[in-house]
Amino acid sequence: MEAATAQATAPPAWRANLATIAALMTRAKNELVRVPGAAIPGVLAPTIFFLGLNGVFGALTQLQGFETSSYESFIVPVSMLQGAGFTGAAAGVNLARDYEGGWVDRLLVSPAPRWVLLAGNVLAASLRSLVPATFVLGIAFAIGARWPGLDGLVVCYLMVAATAAVAACWGSMLALRYKSQSAAPLMQAGMMALVLFTPAYAPTELLQPWLEKVAEINPMTQVLEAARQGFVGSVTWADTWPGLVALTGLLAVLGALALREMRRTNV
Amino acid sequence: MSDLATAARVVRALGARSIRQTFRRPQLISPIVVFPTLLLAIQTGGASAGVELPGFPPVQSFLQFMLAGAMMQSMMLAGNSGGIAFAVDIEMGFTDRLFAAPIPRFAIVLGRLAGTAALGLFAALWFLAIGLVFGAHIEGAVPGALLAIALVTASALAVGGIGAAIALQSGSASVVQGLFPLVLVVLFLSSAFFPQELMVEPAKTIAEYNPLSFIVEGVREPIISGIDATHTLEAVAAILGIVVLGLVLSARALRHRLRVG
Repeated sequence: MEAATAQATAPPAWRANLATIAALMTRAKNELVRVPGAAIPGVLAPTIFFLGLNGVFGALTQLQGFETSSYESFIVPVSMLQGAGFTGAAAGVNLARDYEGGWVDRLLVSPAPRWVLLAGNVLAASLRSLVPATFVLGIAFAIGARWPGLDGLVVCYLMVAATAAVAACWGSMLALRYKSQSAAPLMQAGMMALVLFTPAYAPTELLQPWLEKVAEINPMTQVLEAARQGFVGSVTWADTWPGLVALTGLLAVLGALALREMRRTNV
Repeated sequence: MSDLATAARVVRALGARSIRQTFRRPQLISPIVVFPTLLLAIQTGGASAGVELPGFPPVQSFLQFMLAGAMMQSMMLAGNSGGIAFAVDIEMGFTDRLFAAPIPRFAIVLGRLAGTAALGLFAALWFLAIGLVFGAHIEGAVPGALLAIALVTASALAVGGIGAAIALQSGSASVVQGLFPLVLVVLFLSSAFFPQELMVEPAKTIAEYNPLSFIVEGVREPIISGIDATHTLEAVAAILGIVVLGLVLSARALRHRLRVG
C-alpha cells in the first residue's frame, strides 16, 4: 500500500533525470563562479595560441591558396575549437579528481541512471566552453577579425559547444578507465591532435601531403571548415552539414565508449 | 671525504631522483616530449609552405628549420616541470628534510638543476633523432649537432634556475604550474617557430630583443647552415644572462625559504 502511494507521488523518471542533469550542471557552474582561477588556464591557453599563431604565421596569407588576407579571421575558429577541446578535457580531469575524492562513488550509488550522470558532466562542459570561445572571439574582433555574420556566428558556436561535448566524452572515458588525474595529458593531447591535425594553420592545398591525408580522414576537418566558413566567406548549407554529421558521429562513438566505462565503473 | 665530493654526490643523487620522478609521472614528462612533438608535427605539416615566402632563410626543409623551436619548447617546459616537481617536494616536506641534513644548501638546488639539464639533453637528443629519422640534414655535421645539444642543455639549466627560484619563493606547485602560459608567451614572442623578419608586429619587434631568440638562432644555425661564431656567442651570452638571473633569484629565494621554513 505504502509502496504504491510512494510510486504514485514520485515524479516521472524523465523529470527526475532532467533535475539530476541540471543539478550536475549547476555544480559545474558553481565551480566556475567560486573558483574563477580554475577557468583561467582554459581561457588563457587558446588566447595565447591565437595571438601567438597570428603573430608568428600571419605572413602565410601572402601565399597563393589562402582564401583570406586576414590570418586572424582564418585562425580564430581554430583557437575557439581548441578552447572547447581544453574545456572538455578539463571535464575529464575534474571527473578523475571527483573519483579520487570519492564523489563519483556517491553518485554511482544514487538511483540516477549512468547516462544521466554522464550527460550532466558533458553538457556542463559544453556550456563552459562558451566562456573561452567568447573571450578569444572578443580579442579577435579587437585586432581586426572579420565579422562572420549572425548565421556564421551561430554555426561557429554550435560547433564549439558540440566539440566540447565530444572532448568531455573523451575525457570522461579516460577518467573512468584510468581513475586518476595522471591521465590528464592523454585527454589534452588527444583533443589537441584531433583539432590541429586539420587545415588549422593553412588551407588543405598548402599542407604537406601526409597532413593533407590525415586531415582528409579526420572528422574534425569538417567541423573546422563549418566553424570557419563565416570568417573567410559566406555560410552555406553545403559547408555546414558535413560538420554536423562529423560531430554527431564523434558524439555517438565517444559517448557510447564513455557510457560503457561509466557502466563498468565499480561493478 | 671533502666537502666538494660530498656536494657532488648529493647533486648526483638528487639529479638522478628528479629524472626518475619526471619519467614516472605522465604530467611531468608529457609537456617535455608529447606536446612539443605533436606541435612539431602539426606546425611542420601545416606551415611548411612558409619556406616559399620571400625572405625565408635558405633551408633544406621546414622540419630542419623547426627543430630548434621544438627543442626550445621542450627545454622551457622541462624547466617549468622541474620547478613544479621542486615545489611539490617543498609542499610535501621533502626539502625541509634535506635542509636539516648535513649537506650544503646550494647542492639541493643544484641537484634539481642537474636533473633539469639532463632533461634538456634528452630533449635535444630526442628532437635531433626525430629530425634525422624524418630526413632533416644537420648541416654542421657532428660538431654542429654537439653544439646544438650543448646549448639546449645549458639553456635548460638556466631556465630551470628561474623555475627553482619561483618554487623556492612560493613553495606552491600551482603557482609554478601557473607559469605555463607565460612559457608559451615567451616562445611565441621569439623566433622559435618562424623567421623574425617574417613575423607580424608587435611580435616581430619583441622577438628581436627576446633573449630566447638569440638562443634559438644559436641552436638553429648549426642545423640549417653550419657553426657560426656570432650566433653561438650571442646564444652563450643570452644563456649566461639567464643563469645569472636564475642564480640571484635562487639565492634570494633560498634565504627566504630557510627563513620561513
